[in-house]
Amino acid sequence: MYKYRGAIFQVTILVGLMMCLGCQPGSSGNTGGNAGGNTPSKLTILNVSYDPTREFYTEFNQEFETHWLAKSGQSLTVDQSHGGGGKQARAVIDGLKADVVTLALSYDIDQIAEKTKAFPRDWQKRLPNNSCPYTSTIVFLVRKGNPKQIKDWNDLTRSDVQVITPNPKTSGGARYNYLAAWGYALRQPNGNDETAFEFVKSIFKNVPVLDSGARGSTTTFIQREIGDVLLTWENEAFLSVNEFGPQDLDIVIPSMSIIAEPPVTVVDENAKANNALDVATAYLEYLYSPVGQKLAAKHFYRPYSPEHADPADLARFPKLELFSIDEVFGGWTKAQTTHFNDGGVFDRIYAVEKP
Amino acid sequence: MSRTFRQYSVIPGFGLTLGYTITYLSLIVLIPLSMLFFRTAGMGWERFWSTISDPRVVASYKLTFGASLIATLINVVFGGIVAWTLVRYKFPGKTLIDAMVDLPFAIPTAVSGIALTAVYSKNGWIGQYLEPMGFKIAFAYPGVVVAMTFIGLPFVVRTLQPAIEDLHKENEEASASLGATRLQTFRYVILPAILPSLLTGFAMAFARALGEYGSIVFISGNLPMKTEITTWIITQKLDQYDTEGATAIALVMLLSSFAVLFTINAIQWWISQRHRGVS
Repeated sequence: MYKYRGAIFQVTILVGLMMCLGCQPGSSGNTGGNAGGNTPSKLTILNVSYDPTREFYTEFNQEFETHWLAKSGQSLTVDQSHGGGGKQARAVIDGLKADVVTLALSYDIDQIAEKTKAFPRDWQKRLPNNSCPYTSTIVFLVRKGNPKQIKDWNDLTRSDVQVITPNPKTSGGARYNYLAAWGYALRQPNGNDETAFEFVKSIFKNVPVLDSGARGSTTTFIQREIGDVLLTWENEAFLSVNEFGPQDLDIVIPSMSIIAEPPVTVVDENAKANNALDVATAYLEYLYSPVGQKLAAKHFYRPYSPEHADPADLARFPKLELFSIDEVFGGWTKAQTTHFNDGGVFDRIYAVEKP
Repeated sequence: MSRTFRQYSVIPGFGLTLGYTITYLSLIVLIPLSMLFFRTAGMGWERFWSTISDPRVVASYKLTFGASLIATLINVVFGGIVAWTLVRYKFPGKTLIDAMVDLPFAIPTAVSGIALTAVYSKNGWIGQYLEPMGFKIAFAYPGVVVAMTFIGLPFVVRTLQPAIEDLHKENEEASASLGATRLQTFRYVILPAILPSLLTGFAMAFARALGEYGSIVFISGNLPMKTEITTWIITQKLDQYDTEGATAIALVMLLSSFAVLFTINAIQWWISQRHRGVS
């Protein structure tokens, strides 16, 4: 009797191990609600996006569904999937049937193009403004009244300040955080790569928790009450203040920051297989329409065509000096390989110091 | 090995069931696991070695194995007490408590991770008292141990329960009447009888803790060199489109888990041989 039990246990253990080790790639838990859609009168498309766009696309999708029904008589459902940008891109590479991707940075979409060959590599030229219908930037979220007097990037290196940011390895937003800090340090008097490295390193010394995506960090900062300052997307900061109450939080605008350009594209092969190439293309073009631009501004994204936005919404965006990835880092691919790939600069920050 | 290969049984169908067992195990276990070897084989020894010996990865092995060991030892002691209480005593609500032991099995690990983090972080029910005293649990090493203890508990309790049920109270009474102290009775009468089950429970809880992902990533804080578990490193590699690197580390985990199970089985065998020699 005992022997048999042992055997069963060993099998259980092996299966358990396999599930833990082997099945991670498929466990991202996305809603692949894509029901073939061969009947042209009813269609479902899937938009795979990054973390903080949840609220914007929820509203935009409804608008577009109504618009599409009126225009073509076809009833449409747009499904959304959100998560850390890297994880989302990998899900699409691994076979998640996204008709469109709306991610945080062009590098992730480049990777999809390269690995799946489902759309051309010059996808960024297909829509205006490098396929970025809206932009954003990185700002600080602090506790009400700013008790630690955090004003600018250099305050983040103070030893009495705890900084919350997601992990740049997994989160697009976190890569912007990191590059914004790096760019700030470069633009200081006598700034160079050496000083920038030390600057960014001393910021990451103050980071007690590294979540995998922007939303996780927001939860850590607001619900767990950990840290003095959250580095986050401008829209995520506004959203948090609206959601969790201006009585607890303040937004701090640093003297300069990075311009974040989250691009969008159609995944041609998937959309074709879904008979949805037209609707997917129209969906993204609608982002550039007055309706889309107005909604983007409403949800705290800086619209590509500000003239379509509500002036009251635009007035909320503070003016600050913005630099771009292309200007400072020579494009995403270069920034990625230098800083974030394994063995890159970010890894050196956490490397054990040799005496 | 004097037994014949085929043993006659009341229920027929040896060939069919054996064939089924082998096919089933291959499909479910062997083929997926062998994919790990194939995918890693493409990367070359040098890259393989530099991937698995990277300081950050090594730090994660230390955390994963160290915390798993601590968590499992905690479970062996306290889970043992739970099992003993549930078998030996009758009290109101016993069935309920017995059912509760299975909860860590049943709850999705992400849910337990969020629940544990909410309780142990500095504004949580327990964390708010511990953190001012200097005990940081969530987002630190102890948080990983807590999550691993949580998920490992049922393994120890459920393997120990039948063994304790099989104990005869008369043996303990005999031991006491022959003048043994309570400690001696435990050491020489009870412990040897339950030791094999204890080891099985230990092995299962340990293996489970090594592979745990869902609950730990919420509570650990995932700081490189400090609180990154190995399964989290694997996920990160995948997020960076580095499938080979991820499978290389997964292979290390697989082989070391296998080594742990093998060692435990060897110890069990050694114990059973020794007992045979005594009697």
